Amino acid sequence: MSDDVFTLGGTEFTSRLIMGTGGAPSLDVLERSLVASGTELTTVAMRRLDPTVQGSVLSVLTRLGIQVLPNTAGCYTAGEAVLTARLAREALGTDWIKLEVVADERTLLPDGEELLAAAETLVDDGFTVLPYTNDDPVLARKLEDVGCAAIMPLGSPIGSGLGIRNPHNFQLIVERAAVPVILDAGAGTASDAALAMELGCAAVMLASAVTRAQEPALMASAMRHAVTAGRLAHRAGRIPRRHFAAASSPTEGRAALDPERPAF
Amino acid sequence: MRSSDVHVSDGRVSDGRVSDVLVVGGGIIGLVTAWRAAQRGLRTAVVDPDPGGGAARVAAGMLAAVTELHYGEETLLGLNLASADRYPAFVAELEEATGHDVGYRACGTLAVALDADDRAHLRELHALQTRCGLVSEWLSGRECRRLEPMLAPGVRGGLRVDGDHQVDPRRLAAALMAACERAGVVFHRALAERLTVVRDRARGAVLAGGAELTADQVVLAAGSLSGRLAGVPAEVLPPVRPVKGQVLRLRVPPAYAPFLSRTVRAVVRGSHVYLVPRENGELVIGATSEELGWDTTVTAGGVYELLRDAHELVPGLTELPLTETCAGLRPGSPDNAPLLGPSALPGLHLATGHYRNGVLLTPVTGDVMAEALTTGTLPDEARPFTPRRFSPVRQEQPA
Repeated sequence: MSDDVFTLGGTEFTSRLIMGTGGAPSLDVLERSLVASGTELTTVAMRRLDPTVQGSVLSVLTRLGIQVLPNTAGCYTAGEAVLTARLAREALGTDWIKLEVVADERTLLPDGEELLAAAETLVDDGFTVLPYTNDDPVLARKLEDVGCAAIMPLGSPIGSGLGIRNPHNFQLIVERAAVPVILDAGAGTASDAALAMELGCAAVMLASAVTRAQEPALMASAMRHAVTAGRLAHRAGRIPRRHFAAASSPTEGRAALDPERPAF
Repeated sequence: MRSSDVHVSDGRVSDGRVSDVLVVGGGIIGLVTAWRAAQRGLRTAVVDPDPGGGAARVAAGMLAAVTELHYGEETLLGLNLASADRYPAFVAELEEATGHDVGYRACGTLAVALDADDRAHLRELHALQTRCGLVSEWLSGRECRRLEPMLAPGVRGGLRVDGDHQVDPRRLAAALMAACERAGVVFHRALAERLTVVRDRARGAVLAGGAELTADQVVLAAGSLSGRLAGVPAEVLPPVRPVKGQVLRLRVPPAYAPFLSRTVRAVVRGSHVYLVPRENGELVIGATSEELGWDTTVTAGGVYELLRDAHELVPGLTELPLTETCAGLRPGSPDNAPLLGPSALPGLHLATGHYRNGVLLTPVTGDVMAEALTTGTLPDEARPFTPRRFSPVRQEQPA
């Protein structure tokens, strides 16, 4: 699909699958999964990492030539998130940040007010801000208006594997957004990723669905194909849904089965 | 035998600077290797500024081959089970040799779930255990609480694993020190700064301060620091990284005893916590798992999360005295399994990368390393763990 590049924050990507690294059972499994996924962009939690250590997750990403996207996982206030983003910029030399500000540890749902405040501050500070947000079209619009480079709504809570619970909201967000919309959180299996792409998402971001699968590398490969298939289906344009059948075989030119005039 | 003693072997005089085997690192893995090597008649020395320390000073000492089972780690399971099988005889021999009590307790483990999500997770683990032919029994929440009445009423179910026992790693390390001393192992209490390589063969080490030690064979058993020894060729350097774990120690006053009678563990809303009760009243709560380099700071968040989850599991524990908080570094390898035996550099063996299972794997590591040091080959059970499985192309070049 070289004619169908995905542009995010001014950078072009071939792969529309963004991976996370959380929950991988080992570095080896993570590496095989990343390779199988074909991802070119992968998030790491800045609060759970020391970028100076060799042999860590970062070394794996460097070796595979995958662009690192730091995130602010674990932050509950705009203040913490802004601080974490700045530390990430200093440590990794990137002004891209996947912004996460969650409201409570039970649901890990985004805190809209804090998220918007942090996004505003970081955009002003020169960051390319990719916010993890609720599937709320109004909040999505506000995040775009303050200058976020993408909108990353959740399909369902992080790690739940419940898929896209409100596809209609996704459609509303996609229809109004001028920046890429990326499914973030909730994908449990390949059909969830395909559905996101069919709904018009520009990309899919996931971690647990792969890292916690029984065979992570196999699931990574499934996700890669699902994202590609969903994207192709979206571009191809699905047929309208009908209430009754519409025969797929033509009725003209059928063999004449007139008992008066046997065909053979 | 003291390290200052001069002894004669094979007609060669030694002050400990020349030995058959030099073990770099005096944690439990280095110590058991040294002890077993010395028992086979090899003149053995250990270099470590603080032998008997390392990750074992922090570890809880669960011998959890069954409850620590993970997808994709079935090969490691074989080694874990082999070592668990050897534990009773290993402990008996060590205690006989030293007179030490290492706190081995064949108490079994109960892994419980607190909500429907955690229960589903535990059910999945049970299915995997059953597929692997392991013995574990599914219990209702009520049955779990009959075994351990201090468990929270919210327990939804659990797995009874009678084969996962415990040992006290601190007492294990002290006993191994004593066993080494009695077997004539020489201790150099200094930091090994550099591996000596002569004509493409490991020949010893240079210590901080400049002293040089010479040996026919060198064992690198430096835990999470194993990837940092200078002088080791880049393609041989083990791909080991530090994975921080914070651990708490509480004390069960006699009036509350036994409080818990076996190891209790759970996944509490996605995060793992375990409680290991010792016969002497110590109760160990662990552990966080953090990729933060060589940092061993105990953090408010780490202590909070452990206590929060442990309290949810066993509400009564907030009454107990909190006696210690500490953090250590697990030596993590890319596939979570250890690196055992000869490396690509002649004369250099590795015994590192034991990650979560260092205490459990201590007996089998001692046996296979002694075999490798005396015969040059690994026994069958250790073959999958050869350091050579990490081919040179996977090694990092220093920036």
